[in-house]
Parts: sequence; structure tokens; C-alpha cells
Amino acid sequence: MARVASTNAKTRPHVLQALHALGGALAHALPIIALALSWEALAASGAFTPFQLPRLSAVLARIWTDAIAGDLALNSALTLYRALTGFAIAAMSGVVLGMAMSRNTAMRWLFDPLVSVGFPMPKIAFLPVIMLWLGVYDLSKIAMVVLDAIFPVVTATVAGIASVDRHLLWSARNLGASEREVLREIVLPAASAQIMTGLQVALPIALIVAVVAEMLMGGYGLGGAMVHASRFADSHGVFAGILEIAIVGYALVKAMTFLRRRLLIWHQEALRPSTV
Amino acid sequence: MNTLFHYLPLLLLAAGWELVARLGLVSQLALPPLSHVLLAWVDMVRSGELVSNGASSLWRAAAGLLLAIAVGAALGIAMAWWRPVYAALGPLVEVFYPMPKSALIPVTVLWLGFGDGSKILLIFLGCMLPVTIGAFNGARGSDQALVWSARSMGASRLRMLWDVVVPSALPEMLNGIRTALALAFILLVSSELIVAREGLGYLIGYLGANGTYDAMYAVVLTVAFLGFAADGAYQALMRRLLLWRE
Repeated sequence: MARVASTNAKTRPHVLQALHALGGALAHALPIIALALSWEALAASGAFTPFQLPRLSAVLARIWTDAIAGDLALNSALTLYRALTGFAIAAMSGVVLGMAMSRNTAMRWLFDPLVSVGFPMPKIAFLPVIMLWLGVYDLSKIAMVVLDAIFPVVTATVAGIASVDRHLLWSARNLGASEREVLREIVLPAASAQIMTGLQVALPIALIVAVVAEMLMGGYGLGGAMVHASRFADSHGVFAGILEIAIVGYALVKAMTFLRRRLLIWHQEALRPSTV
Repeated sequence: MNTLFHYLPLLLLAAGWELVARLGLVSQLALPPLSHVLLAWVDMVRSGELVSNGASSLWRAAAGLLLAIAVGAALGIAMAWWRPVYAALGPLVEVFYPMPKSALIPVTVLWLGFGDGSKILLIFLGCMLPVTIGAFNGARGSDQALVWSARSMGASRLRMLWDVVVPSALPEMLNGIRTALALAFILLVSSELIVAREGLGYLIGYLGANGTYDAMYAVVLTVAFLGFAADGAYQALMRRLLLWRE
């Protein structure tokens, strides 16, 4: 279906095509623009105090001042550094642990109950414990991110490897592939779509946990700056923080979707239209 | 016997904890022995501290989550069923879904203060979108043949919505609610840790600041267990609700 549609689109003149795309983007942006305008109007109408709901324009001006002063870059870089370092550690160790659990019964016996109990637990409750052990600096924030983000990766890896087509494994072994080759050539590529889904779940979690950890431990970072603003009843700072965090979150999720499409371009799912 | 063998690693972990703390391999301040933690737990249950704070936490989580399920499901199905609703809300859902909802903690406090209201609002806002997206994907994927046959048998539009679209949206929506359940606990604990005057998260922060670490560990384990138990109970419920699927 998708292919037929795309060939049809190519026969249209370029200008029309571009106009069509522009119209689509505009229709897409319309609700967001409407929301922004109603925020501004609501705040200007005086129904709320500027403390409860500052004007959007004032909040944007605040973000601009932060950006000029360099605070914005510093804070978002620190938050991203913590979230992404934790995410990378969780991704690598999660995939390795998941692979070990799939191949080795002892590992599976040892870790299966830990994962099934640990996954649904609100691990953020351990944050004071982690603070007690590792202090309030980057180390404890990153450790918290790893603790939260690793579970979806492990379960996705185990599930992905379990669902690899048997016939593929049998044929590879039949053709004389060694275990290592089977792992590299068959198991990992076949499981990669599910592993990628696990990573896509883990990434927003990493950002959430980084922000919460910063809120609790203070210091620099988007979450820390927000809590600082709210302690001083600086509601422009609070709303600016929300917008900044929302933009960072959106950019991360979009980048991950893009990466998935690039990495799994050979996969049959690439032909299907994607959601979200 | 089999379940015992299955959960043996957890018992080993508990025994290891006790041993490491008793032998003084790590400071008892950083890790009090598990037995002390259990004693502290019993004490707190007796004094009613744990029960009253637990009740207020669970009330916040339940109220926020139920609101989120009701509104989220209605929105998701409406988005799948009426195109204008999708055109209006789809882009907003797409923009707000990846936003870390914990960023809203300071604002909900700004609006509703330190009490129940701000926690319930936060949990409602944070849990709504996973339910919406689950309901939307489920309802959109309802089998066209079923819709056609319902229509050919003369079902009204509203009746089709209720008898065909809602049931077929159910499995994915229930999955969305499971995500929302986990999120509810995360948001509850983090908001209570940051600003609250009662609740389990508050208790953790308070005990930690006081240095009564055995009691703090007891509350942390309680919260962890509640999250785990809620997920288990929900999965059992989900299996019952989906028995009609083969």
C-alpha cells in the first residue's frame, strides 16, 4: 500500500507536492498554535495571577535571557549528560544481561525473579538510599537513571531473543555456523526490533529519572534549576523549566524514532507506516 | 516447591543483605541489617504511622489514576472515532507524550498547594496519555469486517461504538493502563519526596533526613512491594477481563 501511494505522489508536480506537505505541516501545527494563543490570552485576561500562570510571551522571554546568559545550555547539557550516560550504561548492560539470561539457565534462574520483581517496582523510592550511598553528585544521579532504565531493556532483550524464528537458527547451525556466528548473524539482528522497542521505552524513563533526581538533589541541571525557581516563588522560571524539559524530551524521543528507522531500514516494519 | 526454587535468588539476596550488614562489610549506617529493618517496619505498623501515610498515598494514586483512565479512554476512543477530534488533539498528544511529567511537580504545587490536590492532578496528567494512546491504537485497529457487519445488521453509530469499537480497543487500552499504573507510583513517590506533608514518599524523606535509616529502608521496601503487588493484581484482573479472547 505504502509503495503504491508513494509512486502516485511522485507523478505529481513538485510545487503541488511541496504545497501539500506545507498544508499538512500547518494543519499539524494548528492545535499547538491554538494552545499557545489561548495560554497567552488566558494569562492576559487576568483570570489567573501572573504567579499562577505567567504569560507565554514572558516565559519565552525568560528562556531567551537564560539562553543568552548561558544557563540554558549549561543546565540542559548537564541533564542530557546524566540522562544519556545512564541510558547508555543501562542499554549496554541490559542487552548483555538479557543475552546472558537467554543463553545460560543459571543466569536466568538468578536474575529472572529479580527482574520480575524489580520491573514493576517504583525504583524512584530508592533515591534516598542511593543518595546515602553515593552522595548527591553526578554519580548518584546516573546510578538512579541506570537502575530505572535497565529493566525495560533486559525484558525486551529476553523477549526478543525468545521469539527468534527457530528455522533461522536451525538453518544457520545446519550450514555450520558457530555459536558466536549464530549470535552475531542471526539472533541479534532478528531480536533487534524488540530490543529497539525496549530502548525506546527506556529513554524517556532515563530523562524522567534524571529530572526527578536533579529536583531532589538540587544543583545545576534543568530539574535543579526548576526546583530552585519554585523555592523562590519565581513562577516564570518554573514555567520556563517545563517548556525546556518538554522540548528536550520531545527532541530525544524524535531522535530515537529517527534512529530506529535508520537502523531497522532492512526490517519489514520499515515498510509499515509508523505510529507516534 | 517450584515457586520456592524460583524465588530462591530473592531469599539469597535477603540473606546476603543481612550477612553483609552483620559482618560489618559495609557501615550499618549505610545498610542496616534486614532484621532491624523488619523490626522497624513492625513498629511503624503498630504506631499507625505507616498505615495513615500509606492510606493517604494510595488514595492519591487511586484518585489520579481513575480520573486518568476515565478521561484518557474517552479521549482515545473519540480520537479514533471522529476525525476532527483527531485533527485537534493528535498533535497535542504527540507533543505532550514524550514530556517528562515529573517536570509538572512544581507547577501543580504552585496551583493546588502541598496537599492531596496537587498530587492527584499530577498523577492524572501524567497517566492520562498512555491510556489515551492505548485506547486510540486499539480502537483504530478494530477489525473493519466487524464494523461493517454491525452496520449491515442495522446497528446505530453509537451502538457500534459501544459493542464493537470499545471491546476491540480493550486489550491495548488495558496495556496502556498498566504503563499508567507504574507511572502513577513513580509520580506519587517523587512528588511526595519533593513536596508533601504526609504520604509514604514524605515519610521516606523525613526518616532519611532524621537519620533513622532502618525505618527509612522499611518504608522504601513497603513502597516497592506496593508497586509490585499492584502490578500483579492488575495483571490478574487483565487476564480475567480478556478471557473472551481466545
